[in-house]
Amino acid sequence: MTGAGIRIEGLRKRYGSGDTAVDALKKVDMQVFPGEVVGLIGPSGSGKSTLLKCLGAVIEPTAGRMILDDEVIYDDGWKVKDLRALRRDSIGFIFQAPYLISFLDVTDNIALLPMLAGKPNAEARGQALDLLKALDVEHRAKAMPSQLSGGEQQRVAIARGLVNRPPVILADEPTAPLDSERALAVIRILNEMARKYETAIIVVTHDEKIIPTFKRIYHIRDGVTYEEAGQGLEF
Amino acid sequence: MISLAGRDIMHSWGKFVFTGAGLGLLIGVTLSMAGIYRGMVDDAKVLLDNSGADLWVVQKDTLGPYAEPSSIYDDTWRGIRGMPGVARTANVTYLTMQVRQGERDVRAMISGVTAGEPGTPGWPPYLVAGRQITRGHYEAVADVAAGFKLGERIGIRRNSYTVVGLTRRMVSSNGDPMVFIPLKDAQEAQFLKDNDAILQQRRRTAVNPAFNQPGVLDAVIASQSTNPYVNAVLVQVAFGHGAEEVAASIRRWKQLTVYTRGQMEEILVGKLIATSAKQIGMFLVILSIVSAAIVAFIIYTLTLGKIREIAVLKLIGTRNRTIAGLIMQQAVALGVIGFVVGKITATLVMAPIFPKYVLLEPLDSVKGFVAVVVICVISSIIAIRAALKVDPAEAIGG
Repeated sequence: MTGAGIRIEGLRKRYGSGDTAVDALKKVDMQVFPGEVVGLIGPSGSGKSTLLKCLGAVIEPTAGRMILDDEVIYDDGWKVKDLRALRRDSIGFIFQAPYLISFLDVTDNIALLPMLAGKPNAEARGQALDLLKALDVEHRAKAMPSQLSGGEQQRVAIARGLVNRPPVILADEPTAPLDSERALAVIRILNEMARKYETAIIVVTHDEKIIPTFKRIYHIRDGVTYEEAGQGLEF
Repeated sequence: MISLAGRDIMHSWGKFVFTGAGLGLLIGVTLSMAGIYRGMVDDAKVLLDNSGADLWVVQKDTLGPYAEPSSIYDDTWRGIRGMPGVARTANVTYLTMQVRQGERDVRAMISGVTAGEPGTPGWPPYLVAGRQITRGHYEAVADVAAGFKLGERIGIRRNSYTVVGLTRRMVSSNGDPMVFIPLKDAQEAQFLKDNDAILQQRRRTAVNPAFNQPGVLDAVIASQSTNPYVNAVLVQVAFGHGAEEVAASIRRWKQLTVYTRGQMEEILVGKLIATSAKQIGMFLVILSIVSAAIVAFIIYTLTLGKIREIAVLKLIGTRNRTIAGLIMQQAVALGVIGFVVGKITATLVMAPIFPKYVLLEPLDSVKGFVAVVVICVISSIIAIRAALKVDPAEAIGG
């Protein structure tokens, strides 16, 4: 696996200035390849959320480089003008809670992203239905989020993260509210989707149930990342 | 692109419809208030239209006969009738009082009309039942709003009158129904005293040495028991003559005040109902502010309930204008629901039962609709500001 995916070099993030400055990220180096699911593990306050926000183009890092799909998006400053479009088209998000839009049905929750990107409604809904089929929740296409089980909601959230075929997906504690069986099911789906859609997936977690499933793990402690080989257990 | 606002409304339609209905009642009151004002103006115009006059000749330097007391001799009309450009003249008196109908009494504007024929100034221009007054005394034509029936006996002061005709939309500028009676009866009614008061007056006159002389006392007492005054002379201008030209002529030669139709309308609308108009205007302003505050509060509350979803929408790349549109469209939808409910309420509920004439003009409804939409758009600004301040990072947490 070479090229593409996401590569982070010497990323730093400092909050505040002077005596009150806090270095949330001191030196982050990461690379995640297309089709790969890696774990990002660290204790509370280690900088996980800050890193996720930097990778998600929600907050601006202080220094470093980020290369997404062979395009430098950050090099001691943003290199893309429209961060909103970057988030919409190139980064998928999966949250701890599914955070589906309550007033849209399952199909439109997923189709909304391609629609926002300017795709015709019919085409966007077609993409959404394809993903629902792949994730085995096609039969819930017309249901409202409140009518879904927790596992179904998380699958729909995964579909939403994948629908624009982003080169990278950031998953923030996606299995936290789930039991072991469902948590492992979600990880299996993420692995399948990563391979199928050639997407790099970073899973932020401290869920002991799923850590052994990663082939590569990045530990983060005091704002510094360390790479480690994972067990990569089949499940 | 799907309509996010539309989907949200459809998803929680019950909340929107009930909130809109509540707002609609307020809008209904607002539309009714505007209708009441229009009704007052229309009442004033109807009063002038139905008098059949082009000019109103009244006591000098007064705003009579509707806005101020006016008193001129009842033979003034003769001199006016002979002036160039005058086609017809008629004396008229107006007095507002309680008219007895059996056990109840009705507030009405009594109009004393001169003998003549249909078309004579001051006469009701049309009837919906019965006939015009044909006798010199004790017959009346009343507006149906008074609730009188044909053939019914009504009491005005000490005299009884038979209702011989009914008319419609003949009201005073206050909206009181009009009752037409012969001029002589109205003149008598204006200053009619009870028997004790008349005796007392005659006794006082008799003991006055200046009057108690042969031939003088009877004449003085006779003059005290008659009323030679009317409130105004109504004038119809002959074809080919201008009202202002004839009015100028009467002013110059008769030393009286003369009003044209336009001037009289200005007096009625600009002076007589001016205070009511200001009160209604204030109510409209207050109701508009209250409506705006309610819409702003509702939309703000609805938006706060969607903060997490808005954060997610922003995180996944939704433009600010799409989010602003979502909120603004919901505010406008709320206003539209409210306006429809308000219009129905004002038209079908409030106008028919309101004790005053409520005139709901289509143009006012259009203006009201535009005002509601504008108020809703402005009211949504607070919620939009709150939504745009939401940090997309809130969706990530941490």
